[in-house]
Amino acid sequence: MTGQHDGVGQGVAPPASSTDLATVLPPAEPRRSAVVCSGLTYRFGTHTAVDHVDLRIERGETFGLLGPNGAGKTTTIRMLTTLLRPMEGSVSVLGIDAAAQPMRVRRMIGYVPQLLSADATLTGRENVELFARLFDVPRKVRGDRVEGALAAMGLTEAAGRQVKTYSGGMIRRLELAQALVNSPRLLVLDEPTVGLDPLARTDVWEFIAKLRETADMTVLMTTHYMDEADTYCDRVSLMHRGSIRATGTPGLLKAMLGDNATLDDVFRHYTGGTLDDNTETGGIRDVRRARRTARRLG
Amino acid sequence: MTSAAPGVPPAASAEAVLTEPGYVGTALLPPPDTPIAIARRLASRIVTLCWVELRKIRHDRTELYTRAIQPALWLLIYGEVFTRIHAIPTPHGIPYLAYLAPGILAQSALFIAIFYGIQIIWERDAGVLTKLMVTPTPRSALISGKAFAAGVRSVVQAIAVLILSALLGVTLTDNPLKLLAAMAVVVLGSAFFSCLSMTIAGLALSRDRLMGIGQAITMPLFFSSSALYPEKIMPGWLQVISKCNPLSYEVDALRGLLIGTQAHLALDVLVLVLATVAGVTASALLLPRLAR
Repeated sequence: MTGQHDGVGQGVAPPASSTDLATVLPPAEPRRSAVVCSGLTYRFGTHTAVDHVDLRIERGETFGLLGPNGAGKTTTIRMLTTLLRPMEGSVSVLGIDAAAQPMRVRRMIGYVPQLLSADATLTGRENVELFARLFDVPRKVRGDRVEGALAAMGLTEAAGRQVKTYSGGMIRRLELAQALVNSPRLLVLDEPTVGLDPLARTDVWEFIAKLRETADMTVLMTTHYMDEADTYCDRVSLMHRGSIRATGTPGLLKAMLGDNATLDDVFRHYTGGTLDDNTETGGIRDVRRARRTARRLG
Repeated sequence: MTSAAPGVPPAASAEAVLTEPGYVGTALLPPPDTPIAIARRLASRIVTLCWVELRKIRHDRTELYTRAIQPALWLLIYGEVFTRIHAIPTPHGIPYLAYLAPGILAQSALFIAIFYGIQIIWERDAGVLTKLMVTPTPRSALISGKAFAAGVRSVVQAIAVLILSALLGVTLTDNPLKLLAAMAVVVLGSAFFSCLSMTIAGLALSRDRLMGIGQAITMPLFFSSSALYPEKIMPGWLQVISKCNPLSYEVDALRGLLIGTQAHLALDVLVLVLATVAGVTASALLLPRLAR
């Protein structure tokens, strides 16, 4: 899965429309990490939300940033997506510093925020076209790319309908289509399945998994659903009170604790508490309930 | 992993989007920072957000109709009555209704623009704003785009008021250039007032507060302008306020263009442009507060 398209245009003749593009491409550096955070810190007043976080995400992997609400996951993501400027340390995306060159970093990122955030008064197609325009996708290819992104997320049939008629899972898929329309190098998903019913969650995961099979894309997601991270992430970092407590493949982290350990156990081991202890907003209880429902439904 | 052969035309398929080898998105374009590139991007964002606004109007026209009721009442009832009693002196003795029409036009545009900040608060609450801010769109371009989108909505409304005025017998200019210029003035005025609204949104940070502040300032803005009566008949202190009120300049320009009264077009446009630039700057500076 790693690096099929590491050198873009390498060995492949670019289409006529982008010949001049080949000359402006930076030299291929195939081994550049997708994301590097070093000493990344952010404070809200006296509260240190992100505390000297060091993190390296390799290209092509699906990386999960795990932790309870308030662990600092979203603040980390906001610095990475150029929404917040790091107070200390740095974060770079594919070798480009997010604080120094935010515009270049934004061009490489597809971002799906925590809330369902498509414009309900527009159609699905218009929502995707809006982002194609905002990412300067050339007019010549815009129509094809919009249809392609909609097709990739299984929304071709619903594309002409206003989003207010969509279900939660469909809106999430539409947001993925919005993020994909620019062919991002890094897809950032902030709690991609929070607030969705169990069936919609599985549905969304299937599409993300399909994406991973077909596209050479690095995926960074935050979640507090340990079971989802276990199933879908190549590597995970456990985040607690602003710092990273452990990083590794889910298998390795579990194996270190012995047989039959779950990621929940791993988390408890590294943080000295359960997820519930650290919940300020009380969302976890709902999560547990949803997970029980999911189990019941099989 | 499929790898399409080079030269194969990109098809509108899922595969193409995900694996199309020649397409590099816009990710690796060099950062455009020449003045021309910046201006082009600004224009592109304004066009995009105006396009979105037009699509929204197309999907839901009820607001257009409900918003036409108030200007209709002003023209039909207030306008007709005050025309009859000749209470307000008009330049060259033109009918009061004709004098009033451009004022009501500006008023209906003001009412749309002054509540436009609600949209940005809604977008913040829904997470749309953060998503927009992660696209390669500078804050000032995002605000300008929204300001001109408010202008587009106002123009659609202004056309309704113009038609209504013509039906009530107001003699409007038949010069298409002057009509176009009047619409440009409406866009500028709405751009400024929507920036004012977005600035208040950046300070108030909640829909309810913005509604309250919006309600509190619209009428003072309206009554302290020359929309209903000439500055000459205002008391001195109100004349000073009116001179500081961008709405007066908008009304002055609209009157000059639509019914041919004497206007200071250059000054009017200059004031509106400067006010809009200041408004865009202020709300762009406050945008991070909203996105936090």
